[in-house]
Amino acid sequence: MNPINFDYISSNPLLPEVKNAMIEAIKKDYGNPSSAHQLGEEAAEEIEKAREKVAKLINASPDEIIFTSCGTESNNHAIKGVAFAKKDKGKHILTSDIEHNAVLKPIRTLRTLGYDTTSVSVDQFGRIKPDDVLKAIRDETILISIMHSNNEIGTIQPIKEIANIAREKKVTFHCDAVASVGVIPVDVHDLGVDLFSFAANQFNGPSGVGGLYIRKGTSLWPLLDGGGQENKRRGGTENLIGIIGMGVAAEITRKDMESRLTHFKMIKERLTNGLKENIDDIIFNGHPEYALPNLISLSIKYIEGESIVLMLDEKDIAVATKSACASGSLRASHVLIAIGRDYADAQGTLVITYGRDTSETDVDRFLEALKKSVDTLRKMSPLYQKK
Amino acid sequence: MYSKTVMDHFKNPRNVGEIQGADGVGEVGNPICGDMMKITIKVADDRIKDIKFLTFGCGAAIAVSSMVTEMAKGKTLEDAKKISKESVAKALEGLPKNKLHCSNLGADALQMAIKDYENRKNGKVKEQDTTEGYHCYTEEEHCKCPYCDSEMHAGEKTCAMCGRKIEIKLSM
Repeated sequence: MNPINFDYISSNPLLPEVKNAMIEAIKKDYGNPSSAHQLGEEAAEEIEKAREKVAKLINASPDEIIFTSCGTESNNHAIKGVAFAKKDKGKHILTSDIEHNAVLKPIRTLRTLGYDTTSVSVDQFGRIKPDDVLKAIRDETILISIMHSNNEIGTIQPIKEIANIAREKKVTFHCDAVASVGVIPVDVHDLGVDLFSFAANQFNGPSGVGGLYIRKGTSLWPLLDGGGQENKRRGGTENLIGIIGMGVAAEITRKDMESRLTHFKMIKERLTNGLKENIDDIIFNGHPEYALPNLISLSIKYIEGESIVLMLDEKDIAVATKSACASGSLRASHVLIAIGRDYADAQGTLVITYGRDTSETDVDRFLEALKKSVDTLRKMSPLYQKK
Repeated sequence: MYSKTVMDHFKNPRNVGEIQGADGVGEVGNPICGDMMKITIKVADDRIKDIKFLTFGCGAAIAVSSMVTEMAKGKTLEDAKKISKESVAKALEGLPKNKLHCSNLGADALQMAIKDYENRKNGKVKEQDTTEGYHCYTEEEHCKCPYCDSEMHAGEKTCAMCGRKIEIKLSM
């Protein structure tokens, strides 16, 4: 049987058009985009074409977009870049309890350099109250960093409201939108953000290339000091092939957005109903309404996630878990703990994500295999016996 | 990630279940760590006549439990007492480094079950398990803050790095 992928959040497969564009680009032997000769200029042109396509996806102007190496770099650039640029104005940074490590860890680094941080909590669905952000702002607050949607539970935050507060208080606002861009429509002008991170591999583009939107007039220190690339905002020779791939993926994603959303909705409904019918003692994590359409976070009681992943892998089905056992650090997901899951339920949590190619047959095969695995593991579980 | 033997025991676990009216019971771990194991034994003529396990945990934890029961079954108590974490890991052709501490609790559960059997025989009351509270995430027994991942020292209730209070929730 064909392998089935329910782990799109880790990486999307490349679109055939993206593959072709990248292969053609490799064949062309472009020069360095910074060179003044023809080989270089052709490369520079390709980058600008891609920049236009990417900008269009989030309704930015091309000169507000820089290419980076991944979503993590975009987040690091935004956070450290603001902290360094505004260090004389204040040293307080505001964030939330459920941010990705690519936000939490750069902030942790800044803490060792004397910056102070406040983290706002979330409700049981993982939503932040904009009022909590307002209350936490101090005179010395220089940056607010809140994610657009959460990569583990799919909850979408009230970004527009938070951005309004940030603007009124004259605080720079960074939004990590890696899990959202290319999945749902986003418009940086409508949202009112200053900095916006995203990555190509979340919308069927290549891994190893990301983007950062920098609103005109935002003070930002470079993360990579070097040459004058990316309008002097990021030193280093550009990942030309990756950027070309990202441009093609962004264009197709923008054009396909509506049909894909309908498809996501259908798959989510079929999966949700199937899970409810087939497996008892499960918890759906995240917000019922403000949620990503391509993600289901499911806590399966009495069993552990890594063993589910291994069992499904035997049946050629890929899925992700937020179990501590499967994480490198062997610790429970901070997101699941923040929304009030206990450690045992956090252990049995799967992140089920799908894409434009996921079919109804895939869903049915997944449900059948999951039910069998859950039954087998529960028969083995001392927690299930105690129930 | 896992050896062939680990995958074999994970896919076809031996001796799953719980012996009703067992002569000895051993339970170790908690869900914070990620793994819980319960081993029940039936003893006759100072020999482990039957043994079964229940495990909540990752692939390694299930394979370890299965291997321990297979190693102990039919052995005299004296020989079964020699089964250790190291000998189980060796029989499984090794475990990933980060799983050596957390998931390798099978031998502990077995030793606890044997001790329980001996205590019952000698009329002793069951010992209370006091391993609750802080969770240590690595084999070096260092606790880490669940919010910011910085190292914490035993007994600390506030993380020095992020200032968060650390509470441990147990569902059992």
